[in-house]
Amino acid sequence: MPEIAIRKRIITIEEIFHEGGPPVKTPLRRGALVAVIHNPFAGRYVEEIAGFMDDLKPLGLAMAQDLAAALGGAKAIEGYGKGTIVGAAGELEHGALWHVPGGYAMREILGGAKAIVASTKKVGGPGTRLDVPVTHINASYVRSHFDAMEIGVTDGPKADEMALALVMTTGPRIHARVGGLKASEVKGEDGLR
Amino acid sequence: MKAKIRKIVTTVEETRTEMGQVVDPPVRRAVSIAVIENPFAGRYVEDLQELIDIGEELGGLLAQYAVNAIGIEGSRAESYGKAAAVGENGELEHAAAILHPKLGTPVRKVLGKGAALIPSSKKRGGPGVTLDIPLGHKDAAYVRSHFDGMEVRISDAPRANEIMVAVAVTDSGRPLPRVGGLTKDQIKGDDGLR
Repeated sequence: MPEIAIRKRIITIEEIFHEGGPPVKTPLRRGALVAVIHNPFAGRYVEEIAGFMDDLKPLGLAMAQDLAAALGGAKAIEGYGKGTIVGAAGELEHGALWHVPGGYAMREILGGAKAIVASTKKVGGPGTRLDVPVTHINASYVRSHFDAMEIGVTDGPKADEMALALVMTTGPRIHARVGGLKASEVKGEDGLR
Repeated sequence: MKAKIRKIVTTVEETRTEMGQVVDPPVRRAVSIAVIENPFAGRYVEDLQELIDIGEELGGLLAQYAVNAIGIEGSRAESYGKAAAVGENGELEHAAAILHPKLGTPVRKVLGKGAALIPSSKKRGGPGVTLDIPLGHKDAAYVRSHFDGMEVRISDAPRANEIMVAVAVTDSGRPLPRVGGLTKDQIKGDDGLR
């Protein structure tokens, strides 16, 4: 099992008090953790890549734990999402390797969250920005928790790197008021409602 | 508090390897940015005292957020910098009022010392504008290993009537410094320069 070569990690925490409406008692927190790692498949076509998902599992778990801790602990987390930026010598398919280790790590540390983890990915150079989608951790249809967080690394990913991102939020959009399924109405059986 | 804060964004960057070399201990740089309402947006106001006072409030708050994010005592911080971006209805002078007269003293209080000038940059721009915050050693501006910079950006700020105010703090210099000059173990720390 190859060791994951991490060049840098970036944690960003946003505390949102208002967005022009009434300030909230408890500020909404949104957090992102991005790890810039070496892409072992950069520069050539490799058919068998799926084994790298297992290699990424410990990194996914560590990132999920650290991000939840930075946001006040797993109990505080209500929304999540994930994303990948693959450096220019890599393939979009390499970004797909993050689905299992990134997603299941968050679901595990959040106590078996039910909803699919919203995600996005792209190939790009250093400074590429990625809008990581966010949905409720137990029911994808909770409208108040549809959100997104923009991430990016000024000097990454280099051509032979990948930036792997996890995003978590502690609540609904700051002034959510467009109806739909509410977090209080979640049944939590099928991950959707 | 005089400042009307919409959000605070804090980022910590930890560099563990550079060009295949292990960076041990990792270089950690943190920045905390407040997005505030600009009380003078859209009109010319001669006396900028309110922004000067806001700068004083934010200096201590943001420096504390930044050292907390790295997880160190303020006294272990090695370099610092500050910057502001004014939304389109404001004036560059508004950034100067926040950054220069009073922001530094509370930052230095959080960090224990800070004999050196706090390097700064400022600009006017729209949401998503990037700020390159210059960094320098907090006790001796000539320490060459600590000349650095940190780029920050908030996708939805500053709006036209807002100002972004940033304070950056590090626990070390560049990852693999090797261009000579004054080193941190040679600091006298009397004049803020050497």
